[in-house]
Amino acid sequence: MRSAILLAACAALLAGCTTPPPEDDARRQAQGAFERSFTHGNKEMFARVVGQDDVQALCSRWRNRPPADVAERIRKSQAATLVYPADGKLMGDWRQGEKIAEDGFGLRFTDTNQPKRPNGGNCYACHQLAPHEVSYGTLGPSLYRFGRTRGSSEAIQRYVYGKVYNPEAFTACSGMPRFGLHQVLTPEQIRHVVALLLDPESPVNQ
Amino acid sequence: MRALIMAAGAAALAVCAAAPAQDKDVTQREIERYRELLAEGNPADLAEAKGEELWKTMRGPKQASLERCDLGLGPGVVKGAYARLPRWFADTGRVQDLESRLVTCMVTLQGFTEDEAKKNPFSAPGRPSPIEDIATYVAGASKGMTFDPPLRHPKELEAFRTGEELFYRRAGPHDFSCATCHGDEGKRIRLQDLPKLTDPKEAQKVFTSWPAYRVSQGSVRTMQHRLYDCYWQMRHPQLDYVSEASIDLQVFMAKYASGGTVEAPGLKR
Repeated sequence: MRSAILLAACAALLAGCTTPPPEDDARRQAQGAFERSFTHGNKEMFARVVGQDDVQALCSRWRNRPPADVAERIRKSQAATLVYPADGKLMGDWRQGEKIAEDGFGLRFTDTNQPKRPNGGNCYACHQLAPHEVSYGTLGPSLYRFGRTRGSSEAIQRYVYGKVYNPEAFTACSGMPRFGLHQVLTPEQIRHVVALLLDPESPVNQ
Repeated sequence: MRALIMAAGAAALAVCAAAPAQDKDVTQREIERYRELLAEGNPADLAEAKGEELWKTMRGPKQASLERCDLGLGPGVVKGAYARLPRWFADTGRVQDLESRLVTCMVTLQGFTEDEAKKNPFSAPGRPSPIEDIATYVAGASKGMTFDPPLRHPKELEAFRTGEELFYRRAGPHDFSCATCHGDEGKRIRLQDLPKLTDPKEAQKVFTSWPAYRVSQGSVRTMQHRLYDCYWQMRHPQLDYVSEASIDLQVFMAKYASGGTVEAPGLKR
């Protein structure tokens, strides 16, 4: 009798585990609402937002605060996406990096009428960099004098290049875009951003 | 009026530019001063007056005014209606925000097709938007009242949950969601403060002050435009006017903004 009750309790618990939690239902509803709410715009852009990759889905689900095991899974899978330039050159021209950091152009639905103009990185939207630019955001940490204490060794160059290429490889559910992986910036542009941060001559390090 | 505001803004920004970058307090103080200068007059008052006129004007195939429009408090009741939106409406069977309800009234009372009613939601230089002006008038008629949308009906609760999921939904080439900018407190994009929209204190301040005159755009903008503009910045395609997602997101935000005071029409950067 007692074991029967126990068994029943176990079965109930297991059943409880397999029933999808109510938030799954909300997520399905949200996906439907999303699909019905972007019907008049650019079809290619729609194709790019209607689905989510693993990182986007997990970070949405965990409200950008994933438990340790999920965070580890994200970092690992994203570290495997890191690609460094074949010629090993990771530092470009900080002057061009500065222009990229100021420029918010690219991938908005009004930007399609200038197909040849390169995308910007808009680093200043979220980070403090060179001191002469006072219009900087605070969503990301200040990077003023980033290279001063860290130098510009190959190891730090690789770190910065990788961080811009895919920040999820370092911090799961970071708010920063995966500029390299999603081809927002070209490898050449990322090099210039690396120089902006690490070149001793860059205004960031004055 | 606009020239005065622009001049004041330019003067304040010039001071900002001269401030040393390290001195965040100086920058912050100047931003606040800029805001105070702006608060002395609001060009949205003009849109509000035009909206009231349009509300009473016979328009559309049926040559009817909107004076019998039911915004939730009964046909023709404008005062206080905005303070109780979004809400579920029995006649449409949907949760609606102010602008989607205005579309409904333009269709049912004035005889416009739905496409006609939604055709020109945001004004541009030389191209006024009647629905934008009307929304400004209706919202302004709740000014000073407590924002208190019902959020009790099962469909309203469902819209809240859907809106919550949408708020955190990351997608696109930049991985952005609403929460990227509005999930934490004390953040800024460039010089613009970003409200944490799940914090009642901040949500109450910003949510209930739309429609607003936006100095950076030189025009009145509605909540629908605010959301459309956010998705533009998020590298999403164009958000459909009065779409489901736009309304669900408003229900989500409205819950946190509840208890605030309606300050529409507002004045924003």
